[in-house]
Amino acid sequence: MRFRAKIVDLGCLNHFTRVSNTISKLAKTCTLRLSPDKLYFILSDKVANGGVSMWCELGQGNFFDEFQMEGVAADHNEIYLELTPENLSRALKTAQNAKTVKIKLTNKHCPCLTVAVELPSLSSSSRIVTHDIPVGVIPRKLWTDFREPTVPDFDVSIYLPVLKTMKSVVERMKNLSSHVIIEANLKGEMNLKIETDLVCITTHFKDLGNPPWASEDASQDRDSENMAEARIDIKKLLQFLAGQQVNPTKALCNIVHNRIVHFILLHEDVSLQYFIPALS
Amino acid sequence: MDRLVPPSHDEGACIGTNERARRAEARPRPSAREGTRPWVRARRVGREQEAGRRKAGEGQAGAGDMKCLVTGGNVRGKCGATARGGVGGHNLCPLTPAPFRSAGQGRSLAVAHRRRVVLRATGGRALASHRERIPARLSPASCLRRFSSSTTRRPGPPQGQPPRCKVLMKSFLSVFRSLAALEKTVERCCIALSTENSRLVIQLHCKHGVTKTHNLSFQECESLQAVFDPALCPHLLRAPARVLVEAVSPFSPALSEVTLGVSRGRRVVFRSYLEEDTDAARAMMTEMSLSEEEFQQLQAQEGASITFCLKEFRGLLSFAESANLLLNIHFDVPGRPAIFSIEDSLLDGHFVLATLSQSDLCSQEPCRPGQGTHSTTHLDDFANDDIDSYMIAMETTVSEGAAVTPRTPSPVSEEEAEPNVVPGTPPLKKFRSLFFGSVLAPTESPSEPNPVLAEDSEGEG
Repeated sequence: MRFRAKIVDLGCLNHFTRVSNTISKLAKTCTLRLSPDKLYFILSDKVANGGVSMWCELGQGNFFDEFQMEGVAADHNEIYLELTPENLSRALKTAQNAKTVKIKLTNKHCPCLTVAVELPSLSSSSRIVTHDIPVGVIPRKLWTDFREPTVPDFDVSIYLPVLKTMKSVVERMKNLSSHVIIEANLKGEMNLKIETDLVCITTHFKDLGNPPWASEDASQDRDSENMAEARIDIKKLLQFLAGQQVNPTKALCNIVHNRIVHFILLHEDVSLQYFIPALS
Repeated sequence: MDRLVPPSHDEGACIGTNERARRAEARPRPSAREGTRPWVRARRVGREQEAGRRKAGEGQAGAGDMKCLVTGGNVRGKCGATARGGVGGHNLCPLTPAPFRSAGQGRSLAVAHRRRVVLRATGGRALASHRERIPARLSPASCLRRFSSSTTRRPGPPQGQPPRCKVLMKSFLSVFRSLAALEKTVERCCIALSTENSRLVIQLHCKHGVTKTHNLSFQECESLQAVFDPALCPHLLRAPARVLVEAVSPFSPALSEVTLGVSRGRRVVFRSYLEEDTDAARAMMTEMSLSEEEFQQLQAQEGASITFCLKEFRGLLSFAESANLLLNIHFDVPGRPAIFSIEDSLLDGHFVLATLSQSDLCSQEPCRPGQGTHSTTHLDDFANDDIDSYMIAMETTVSEGAAVTPRTPSPVSEEEAEPNVVPGTPPLKKFRSLFFGSVLAPTESPSEPNPVLAEDSEGEG
């Protein structure tokens, strides 16, 4: 098992840093899956995570100037690592104006993902910072736990409003309630609702548009005004809205009535999916 | 030494205006793990030393009380800076009794001694695990316009004894809080010890005849004297504070100790030090390596290294950086105190930090820089890009059912790893005695677990 990657371009480095910051905001520990073309940050739905799961996919070619890896076996050319994204994000923070950043798999006191940063200095020779991030190597028999989640058979799919606006709305709602009801219909309308003993607040978003999914059969027979709703933990929603730093070109949300809300953020070279289960 | 009101007339020290106290607020909080162990012992030793000093001081006239005055921008930055430097690390309390400490009160010790104002800070933790002292002196010639101290006439304290008192750091700093305002308005600052009503009086004489008077309560106290001599330290590292600030910036704020060493190729290496009880498989190790050229002086052979408290170091760095000073680090073998000194025409400060002793470091052998271990090997990586030279093929997990422990993310194991620790118990540290070595027999230095005298409540970590 070998892995080594190098980033030279500052733009790529910043982008990768933003992705890793996002991941660190969304998960305490996650799985990093390395394959020859792509990197994945995966949080599988465990009870410990409150049922939340995440799937983030990056094309390596868009980030790394060099990317070499050798997986477990020729027919399974992949590496699965368990990692604390916070560490990765902290390591990359020191690489803000780096000349070069190398990320490699090493075996030190334990298996580590080593981030080596070459920083400019006052003298002719560079400063070098290395961070050894301990990782756990996930054996192949457990790989099946980290399969890509299927897009649920949703009732309504809708584009999200500007995430910043949505964030500031949810931020305020969080002060009043610990749950939020997110509902949407096929006419491009979405509502965020909280209901407490004292107050009911609804924020209405209009003309958001519904993405054209290829298989529309399930949602076709729906009354377009009929709302599909899910009551979710407001903290989880806010964590997602506040934590994301990928500036997506498209953001959409799929709602399975009273079951799950599935968020998708799309960027040229990153896609992030986030699942929040509905509460009864 | 228990008198609270020294019988004498007023005296005062006047310090120049335009102090910069702005950093005062930026002090890092002491971490919860800092214990309060050996203060009782410290106190005893303090008394012994005190007695010795008293003897030495006898026969000297005019050491009774103090009064000093400084004007203009002469000591610009000094008072505030000194206070700030002291505070930079932590709270300041020399021999504060436990109740004060548990209340989390920082205290400072302001001593007038032989025509010098000495601000001395000792952390609560200083007397515990780290034993650090921050004496900073203002030399009277340059920064104090007038300094007078009068011999006490009435019975009470022994003759020739300089007044020694401690004030609450917080209240002292609040006087110099707003730097901008101070610089604009204050023309003269007068510090006087009013023994009539037991107050340290700080008067800020401002423009337009405005005078602001602050009366601070104080306590007489004893002082601990650090036993150190930079000249005895064989190793010296000198660099602008700025370089060192950048060198420690990659380290996590939560990290408590850092190892500084000279590694292969005479590169200066900072490396995070993991405590014994930390799980190496969870903690991130960080290492910063700088070329010798970035230092003004590097007088240490390869392999030399010391481990000391990062928080204290950050505190003194922020002080030194604000004044654009060079920092000298005098150090010796692990376990001997390291002396960090700064100096300019008006101020010289010595920050004495304990270092971890050899026996502690031995358990962390692979983590020490300069030992020719892995830590130095990847320095060459940037020149040498051969993938096989450093990428270690790890045991693969293809063989099903092999003796591979599946490392699934399990919060359960995290709980299991936590032993039953009484909250507030400071971790056992084997610091070699810094201040007491000269007084106590070596066998008495704290090598065995010290009992916890009081629960630490000064920080939540």
